[in-house]
Amino acid sequence: MTEANGTVITVAGVSQVFGAAGDPRRVVALDNASLVVERGELLCLIGPSGCGKSTLLNLIGGLQTPSTGEVSIDGEKVRGPSPKKVAYMFQESALFPWRTVIDNVKLGLAFQGVAKGERDQRADEALNAVGLRDFANHYPAQLSGGMKQRAQLARALGLQTDILLMDEPFAALDEQTRMVMGEDLSVLLARTGKTIIFVTHSLVEAVFLADRVAVFSARPGRIKEVISVAEGHPRNRSFMTSDKLSRLRNQLYELLHDEIRKTLGESR
Amino acid sequence: MKERRWIYHLVQLAFVGALLGLWQFVTANGMVSPILLPSLSSSWDEFVDLLWTGSYLPDLEVTLYELVVAFAIAATLGCMVGYLTSRTRYSVRVFDPLFAGIFSIPTILLFPLYVLFFGLGAGSKIAIGSTIAFFPVVLNTIAGFANVDQLYIRAARAMGASGPQMFWSVMLPAAFPVVITGLRLGLLLAFLSILGSETIASLAGLGHRIVTYAESMDPAKMFAYIFFAVIMAVVLSTAVNYLEARVKRGHG
Repeated sequence: MTEANGTVITVAGVSQVFGAAGDPRRVVALDNASLVVERGELLCLIGPSGCGKSTLLNLIGGLQTPSTGEVSIDGEKVRGPSPKKVAYMFQESALFPWRTVIDNVKLGLAFQGVAKGERDQRADEALNAVGLRDFANHYPAQLSGGMKQRAQLARALGLQTDILLMDEPFAALDEQTRMVMGEDLSVLLARTGKTIIFVTHSLVEAVFLADRVAVFSARPGRIKEVISVAEGHPRNRSFMTSDKLSRLRNQLYELLHDEIRKTLGESR
Repeated sequence: MKERRWIYHLVQLAFVGALLGLWQFVTANGMVSPILLPSLSSSWDEFVDLLWTGSYLPDLEVTLYELVVAFAIAATLGCMVGYLTSRTRYSVRVFDPLFAGIFSIPTILLFPLYVLFFGLGAGSKIAIGSTIAFFPVVLNTIAGFANVDQLYIRAARAMGASGPQMFWSVMLPAAFPVVITGLRLGLLLAFLSILGSETIASLAGLGHRIVTYAESMDPAKMFAYIFFAVIMAVVLSTAVNYLEARVKRGHG
């Protein structure tokens, strides 16, 4: 585990309910979740579809407000988006298609309130960090799926926040691309020391990237168990093929298996 | 693929050529009375004469003035009303079908009423042109703004976009391609309805001239003006198609 020097994010008894009481369509997306995230830690959220992992991410990012409970960052209650502290990376390409890659990064900086003179340099640095400098003036439609996600990562990194929230960022990519992107991400994270919460469906990805993995139960979403992956960053191929990774992946599968069955039964 | 397109154009050209040839053929052989249908060559001579003398200018000026004012009104009102309607899901549900419904009835039927209200001059043409052009603009503006991808909005919000930033840097560029299609349709519909209403009741304008020559049994001059109006319509729609394609190119 990376150096744990204090709590950054506290999730205390948070529930998220959609729909009024008595409504047949009422959904408890997240039920009484509590969690503490340490500085510089990479926490993966994994669980069956609709278990509330993305909801939890949105609550931490301030894009939604919880029905009950409280989320706080650096001891301050989250009331809305906090762009100075938290950057977001989405599942599909959330790049603005009418702007070039570098203009996407710069627009993010403008939204965050970075002075105009500073934007060029910071955007350059961010694109460099993800190896996309040569494609700075391309439009998103001209990029491959992997490159789009790297551009999105650059936009998030450019914001220079301490916290990065990633909502299945590699879900739309093929498995090989995903694994290579995972390696790159691990290297990048070891360098920047950011606190990261990463939602994924992939067991291997979760173990490969995370310091801890929070396993969610099927709806109503609860945090069932938190597993530690004691392994330093950056991680590389040898960890990908190690027995330790397989063992942890199998452990996750055991935990998730019954939950997945439940969701299958529910939708039948 | 490229040479194929070439062939398409050749066939299209041949088709128009055949129509003109047929026209010349039936008139040259006296199969149709020259009072009803003048020969292609005499119409062409009148058209060339029209261009050389510049006698079209006063009427062109009137029609263009009506078009510009009518389109400006329709574009301004349509965009404003469309944007305001798009703000809430409730107002979209109420007003979108309402505008679409009114758009589907032949609004040109209001023209006699407009003549009573605004007179025979440019006023009634501007009124009918802007009424008809308003609907495609407002409908597309609603569609454009109401269907902005939620992901863009969430991403911008997470990065701290303020209200004005959200509008100018996210909503407007995202909605723009759809809005511009509405503006193009509005402009062309305004042009058609203004020309049409000029032929019904007017004091001046291209449509007015066409109907005057028809009534004075001077069909060659009438066709000269029709040629002129057709060329204007082609130039106008080519120009706005080109503009629309250019604007959309950046939108991958």
